[in-house]
Amino acid sequence: MTDPRTLAPPSLETHVAAHDETFLDSNELVINMGPQHPATHGVLRVILRLDGEKVLGLECVIGYLHRGVEKIAENRTYTMFNPYVDRMDYVAAVSNGLGYCEAVEKLLSVEAPPRAQYIRVILTELNRIASHQLWLGTHALDIGAITPLFYTFRDREEILKIFEKYCGARLTTHAFRIGGLQYEAYDGFEADVKNFVKFVKPKIDEYEELLTTNRIWLERTKGVGVISGKDCIALGVTGPVLRASGVKWDLRKAQPYANYKNFNFEIPTGENGDTYDRYIVRMIEMRQALRIIEQAVEGIPEGPIMAKVPKVMKPPVGEIYHSIEAPKGELGYFIVSDGSTQPYRVRVRPPSFVNLQALDLMCRGQLVADVIAVIGTLDIVLGEVDR
Amino acid sequence: MPDETKSQSTPPPDGEPKPTADQPETPDGVKSTPSGSVQSETKTTPNKPSPPSETEGPPKAAAPGAPKPAAPAAKPAATAAAGHPAPPKPTGPAPTPWDSPLVAKYKRQYGSGITALTHLGQNYFEVDRSLIPEILQLLRNDEQFDYCVDITAVHYPKREKPFDVVWILYSFARNERIRVKTQIADGEALGSSVPLWATANWLEREVYDMFGIKFDGHPDLKRILLPEGWKGHPLRKDYHILQQDNEWVQINLGIESGQ
Repeated sequence: MTDPRTLAPPSLETHVAAHDETFLDSNELVINMGPQHPATHGVLRVILRLDGEKVLGLECVIGYLHRGVEKIAENRTYTMFNPYVDRMDYVAAVSNGLGYCEAVEKLLSVEAPPRAQYIRVILTELNRIASHQLWLGTHALDIGAITPLFYTFRDREEILKIFEKYCGARLTTHAFRIGGLQYEAYDGFEADVKNFVKFVKPKIDEYEELLTTNRIWLERTKGVGVISGKDCIALGVTGPVLRASGVKWDLRKAQPYANYKNFNFEIPTGENGDTYDRYIVRMIEMRQALRIIEQAVEGIPEGPIMAKVPKVMKPPVGEIYHSIEAPKGELGYFIVSDGSTQPYRVRVRPPSFVNLQALDLMCRGQLVADVIAVIGTLDIVLGEVDR
Repeated sequence: MPDETKSQSTPPPDGEPKPTADQPETPDGVKSTPSGSVQSETKTTPNKPSPPSETEGPPKAAAPGAPKPAAPAAKPAATAAAGHPAPPKPTGPAPTPWDSPLVAKYKRQYGSGITALTHLGQNYFEVDRSLIPEILQLLRNDEQFDYCVDITAVHYPKREKPFDVVWILYSFARNERIRVKTQIADGEALGSSVPLWATANWLEREVYDMFGIKFDGHPDLKRILLPEGWKGHPLRKDYHILQQDNEWVQINLGIESGQ
């Protein structure tokens, strides 16, 4: 059997054509992975078609965590639905909240005051680091490196402490309100953030020391789960996965929201679109997030933290699509208002759901063990996939 | 509980939700209104005609003596007799026509089958159902809208064609986002966009799962988030959560549901 690693990366054309192949083959084995599998990051079930160790194709079965978030939204007021969005991508709850609040603010034609914007950016970027740290720890654990897990969880704890001091919750923070913030930054918030930045910078170097040139890590990630930029765009894949395939696109730069246009940062890109490049891109993103935090924490203006919004929110009739760059990719909210206190329809465009669709293409021709690596590198959260 | 409040406060969603343009209240106007007073007014006198700042379409019962606390019992009767008075709808900026070279080109080609509007700074096309395959293909191939962000639907049960299907498209080359909307009747199918954007595969499956809208030519149109044996399509407005719940409890536990 040829080594699957020497195969050319699959293209979308062959991928589409392969769907028409006959399913039965004398060499073919169909096995079921999950939903109760530690490396699927939740309850993802994958049906694998194998030729020995080589993956011929796979199908994802999802929905085990479906809670009908979009239906719930139609039965809640705009304010009441706000905490629900935290429970979708529960490792990046702050980003979800930012997207939702900004979408409703656009519908109401209000804008959060500058002070709120700055605090929002700081918390969102802290959350991006926390999300990437959790990704790194679990992803490395999946493919055999146990140590990074302890490192990243230890350091992520510092971020969660800041969240807890700020709003009382560690994960499902509900940090933002429509129109701004509920809580003023506590005394010593700025010092805490500055200390964290100082604390975590060398820690990111430590993660890199453990992995970047580690021979086992290289073997497990180089050339694994390759996807081209063209295929990413066709499949709607966004976030670090898209950037690692060489497409320099980040919503914070392309269509700036919040006040990201005030900050200097770079968009890292990869070249090969493999698991290793995605790792490098996310490591650089953590450092860039720190850069943004450093600038933001120096410049927090004085002023109110809430815009004037009515207590009973009745956005005018209309619809809006607003999306932000969440740690996983483009997170969008499509909200239709009929002028009442409850949204007529809320559609969430989840990055994890759309990115997961690329799993099939990325795993073709790889080994079974690489499927684990690719699931990890896609950085999915099943709470968001299933909603 | 929220179900009931919804049915009261929701205006009949028949027809395209279009705010009346005769009183374009600026957002500033909304903001400058003291929020507390709006709240108390709407809370305590739900059946009163709209507060003075929002006098679009006052019901017939809007007697000049409205602020007088006269005959509170007669008021609800009067409003009930007048049918459903329009609830005080906050008016916002209305959609305005969207002009661009792209729109002009399509207008020339398709005439009245396509309407281009812009609302809250976002551009969208309202397209006749028969033109959808052609328009999507043109946008994808000629106008470089190479990234299909999302496909979704909205249900307006009282409308003749009760479903809005929405495509949200983005072009990397133009850094521009547009929406394409069309109306379809229940049971009508649309052509699948999987040949144009591979990402449409799961997105269309989700629309099918949640609304029961079929896409012709989809490679594998089946439920995606709900199990295969599920009854109904949950994001339709006539789908009742409690009914589903009661049924499940009865079948699986053999007791009355406490909901």
